Amino acid sequence: MHQLTLTEIAAALAAKDFSAEELTRNLLQRIEQLDPQLNSFITVTADAALAQARSADARRAAGETGALLGAPLAHKDLFCTQGVLTSCGSKILTGFQAPYDATVVEKLAAAGAVSLGKLNMDEFAMGSANESSHYGPVKNPWDVTRVPGGSSGGSAAAVAARLLPAATGTDTGGSIRQPAALTNLTGIKPTYGRVSRWGMIAFASSLDQGGPLARTAEDCALLLQAMAGFDPKDSTSVDQPVDDYRAALQQPLSGLRIGLPKEYFGAGLDARIGEQVLAVVEALKKLGATVKDISLPNLAHAIPAYYVIAPAEASSNLSRFDGVRFGYRCENPVNLEDLYKRSRGEGFGAEVKRRIMVGTYALSAGYYDAYYLKAQRIRRLIKNDFVAAFAEVDVILGPTTPNLAWKLGEKGDDPVSAYLEDLYTIAANLAGIPGLSMPAGFIDGLPVGVQLLGNYFQEGRLLNVAHQYQQVSDWHRQAPSGF
Amino acid sequence: MQWETVIGLEIHAQLSTQSKIFSGSAVSFGAEPNVHASLIDLGMPGTLPVLNAEAVRMACKFGLAIDAEIAERNVFARKNYFYPDLPKGYQTSQMDHPIVGKGHLDITLEDGTVKRIGITRAHLEENAGKSLHEDFHGMSGIDLNRAGTPLLEIVSEPDIRSAKEAVAYVKAIHALVRYLGICDGNMAEGSLRCDCNVSVRPKGQDTFGTRAEIKNVNSFRFIEKAINHEIQRQIELIEDGGKVVQETRLYDPNKDETRSMRSKEEANDYRYFPCPDLLPVVIEPAFLEEVRSQLPELPTEKRDRFQREYGLSVYDASVLSASRELADYFEEVQQVSGDAKLAANWVMGELSSLLNKQDLDIAQSPVSAAQLGGLILRIKDDTISGKIAKMVFEALAAGEGASADAIIEAKGLKQVTDSGAIEAMLDEVLAANAAQVEQYRASDEAKRGKMFGFFVGQAMKASKGKANPGQVNQLLKQKLEG
Amino acid sequence: MALERTDVEKIAHLARLGLDEADLAATTATLNDILSLVDQMQAVDTTGVDPLAHPLEATQRLRPDQATEGDRREAYQAIAPAVEAGLYLVPKVIE
Repeated sequence: MHQLTLTEIAAALAAKDFSAEELTRNLLQRIEQLDPQLNSFITVTADAALAQARSADARRAAGETGALLGAPLAHKDLFCTQGVLTSCGSKILTGFQAPYDATVVEKLAAAGAVSLGKLNMDEFAMGSANESSHYGPVKNPWDVTRVPGGSSGGSAAAVAARLLPAATGTDTGGSIRQPAALTNLTGIKPTYGRVSRWGMIAFASSLDQGGPLARTAEDCALLLQAMAGFDPKDSTSVDQPVDDYRAALQQPLSGLRIGLPKEYFGAGLDARIGEQVLAVVEALKKLGATVKDISLPNLAHAIPAYYVIAPAEASSNLSRFDGVRFGYRCENPVNLEDLYKRSRGEGFGAEVKRRIMVGTYALSAGYYDAYYLKAQRIRRLIKNDFVAAFAEVDVILGPTTPNLAWKLGEKGDDPVSAYLEDLYTIAANLAGIPGLSMPAGFIDGLPVGVQLLGNYFQEGRLLNVAHQYQQVSDWHRQAPSGF
Repeated sequence: MQWETVIGLEIHAQLSTQSKIFSGSAVSFGAEPNVHASLIDLGMPGTLPVLNAEAVRMACKFGLAIDAEIAERNVFARKNYFYPDLPKGYQTSQMDHPIVGKGHLDITLEDGTVKRIGITRAHLEENAGKSLHEDFHGMSGIDLNRAGTPLLEIVSEPDIRSAKEAVAYVKAIHALVRYLGICDGNMAEGSLRCDCNVSVRPKGQDTFGTRAEIKNVNSFRFIEKAINHEIQRQIELIEDGGKVVQETRLYDPNKDETRSMRSKEEANDYRYFPCPDLLPVVIEPAFLEEVRSQLPELPTEKRDRFQREYGLSVYDASVLSASRELADYFEEVQQVSGDAKLAANWVMGELSSLLNKQDLDIAQSPVSAAQLGGLILRIKDDTISGKIAKMVFEALAAGEGASADAIIEAKGLKQVTDSGAIEAMLDEVLAANAAQVEQYRASDEAKRGKMFGFFVGQAMKASKGKANPGQVNQLLKQKLEG
Repeated sequence: MALERTDVEKIAHLARLGLDEADLAATTATLNDILSLVDQMQAVDTTGVDPLAHPLEATQRLRPDQATEGDRREAYQAIAPAVEAGLYLVPKVIE
């Protein structure tokens, strides 16, 4: 059962091959057995999951249909889930049983999805390796001595290891796409504002977006359909109808114009990854696409701009974690200053503290113009580059990451080196355009991902291209041995 | 050394919306702690703000009323600092792009002159919660009911030159926000708070001296005292060779002094940046026109109209237009009685004293406008004299009758105007005081004046005050002069 | 723009992050590494370019003025570290 994709599960449940309860039980057992090797879950909500599964079965018996009815999944631990620990991978949220459900959680529950628990992640979504979690690092099921990517590392590892058919994640600088690439999954970050951020604990408000990770584009379409939509509780939510992503999957690719930015194939890219990507390009050409060289001249500046904007917003967003109304409070604070400094000093991990400090500095008097404003100007240049590119091409293609999954602990003392791994993914968050990563092969047994970027609200197109590629390739069907 | 005072005021008006500025919690006062603190107000992780349309509308009303520029776009910014009554660790406010730009408000000074005070800007922001310092085992208690209630911060230009001007300005703002229906102006409850920036400089100097800020003064009286105290303090400090430090001070009404707040204020770098959870707010011209069309007559317009229509002096017109309720009361009295002058005199005189003495405001007046109007009618038609009218007024205030007429009837206070009756009474008075009559007739003009008063008094006594004074005077003169 | 220890102490104070002595040196070094990365921005010519605060240039929606929230104090305070008489407790606040 655990080999089935979400789409296959939907068909099987409809055909009554098994019940949602049986499926859930099966996966809970797998999780118990296998997750100790991966550490992808922070909380498993077995009883609640079984209750939800039974309820889905009852709804189906009463005549309800729906592709997600009884579908098992889990949520990245920064989506608020009422009554359940929502930790953001941090000590500072110890004891934080969220008092409400995130909109994404509500929508998926309404569609009948069954949540098996909360998935591990880099603390407060800050990281590309899932090594910074208070609950310990997550391992890559393709090689448990390596990182699965981050920050949605738990989501990626669990799905890649077939502990779940799909999971929710979030992407601020690549945190869905990059782990998807490193674990042979398909993951999509939608257009900014497409998915509600209500209940999605904020890292960098103008960059964060929630999205699905699964084994196929078809599954991602299924999930994204349910996750997306206008939410009046989120001022940045876009009031635009959601496209029919599943219908979009079937579009033939003839006439599709693909752009290859020359900046993506420069120094810093593992040449073997480059070759793998070009092989995908060839396959897409066979499906009728045309290819053109384009330029995103400001791409290189995306990293410094991102590493000012994201920490700046985060430094403000994380000020509410102060030990007063929820979460971790230090013992015996002697005065207010002490309460704040020790609760936050003890509660936050090193990477989070670093980024808060960078962000605080970037916003501080005397530095605001040179750092924050400068970064926002570069942000506009990057957006302009994409707007210009999409005047000529429909989809931009390139590698998702410059390197393969690296060894646990390898980049421990060198955050900057980890930051550089985000080179290809970050620009999409700055511009707010949608981006998808799909499996594109293996090098030395480690997965490689190809990234597709689209114009605003072109999620359907991206899923379409990925789906069509997945009809003529079978990377995405590979499973890691031992799982 | 001649000193000049420079004062700028920042007034925080709590807008009288139903719900908070960024959340759907009710705006309340005096409720049980934290019962009106929603997920958003508590700064729970994952929560997001959504802007209250009425707060925007109210700010625009204010902007139009002070003739201000209202920007096409305004932006919310985060003011970052740590304090327990600020749950998110930042206050959502407005920095570079406030909703209301430069405007002005005219104030009437005690001598009747009008001074224009510039207003630099007004912006929307959220209020913080409250800290209660009663001991909870050495801890303070935080109530977040107030956190997120909408504030309009109104910043004046440093155009104010004395404590009295400052009070006049605050009163004018107070009246205006109540006129517009955007704030109840209840200073005791904190609906209107005033921060006073005070500095002194030698007369004639162009540059400003260093200013100190007196925070959260919450009554007109305290504003005047606090400012005056601060002016003195600064002058004495400088004359003693010291320097004024830019700092925040608190006014202590019990000791009538300002003292420095702990210096934590100084190190604050608020790191303002546009709030990424809120988008720029666009104000369309059509929307502004609609708001403008719904504005009530403003205090200054009313004042001008009172001068024009009723011939009132600028001072009287200003006093009567100071509050919407008072203006409406006055106009009703004028309508019923048909006499603006008398109406003005009675409202500003007897009625005002009564309200002051009983510590009531106009809305609680024991004498209604209709009743007062009715009373004035009876003065005008000579039913009663002015003196008797005062008695009737007091009786109305004490609830002794439903109308002036009812009281006049019940107490038999009708003025005697029958000249025959008056003559007869006067004849009696003169007969009873024959000696004084002879003296009167024997004296010259100068001495006669005083003696005349004696006869008037006697006449009033004899008629129990009911004889029409005008007629008494006229007939008495006739009889005395033969 | 290299940071000194004292700069880092100031920043940590602004952010209310308790840093111990051992952390301070390492943190200063790492922050300087990050800032070197970020300083690359200065080479970019952004004359005449407006800052982009929101990726999609949308504008704020307004919400009708209605009180929609009820009293959920009990539920919300169930997860609080220190509460008494409905108030959140913190070390004494001096004004």
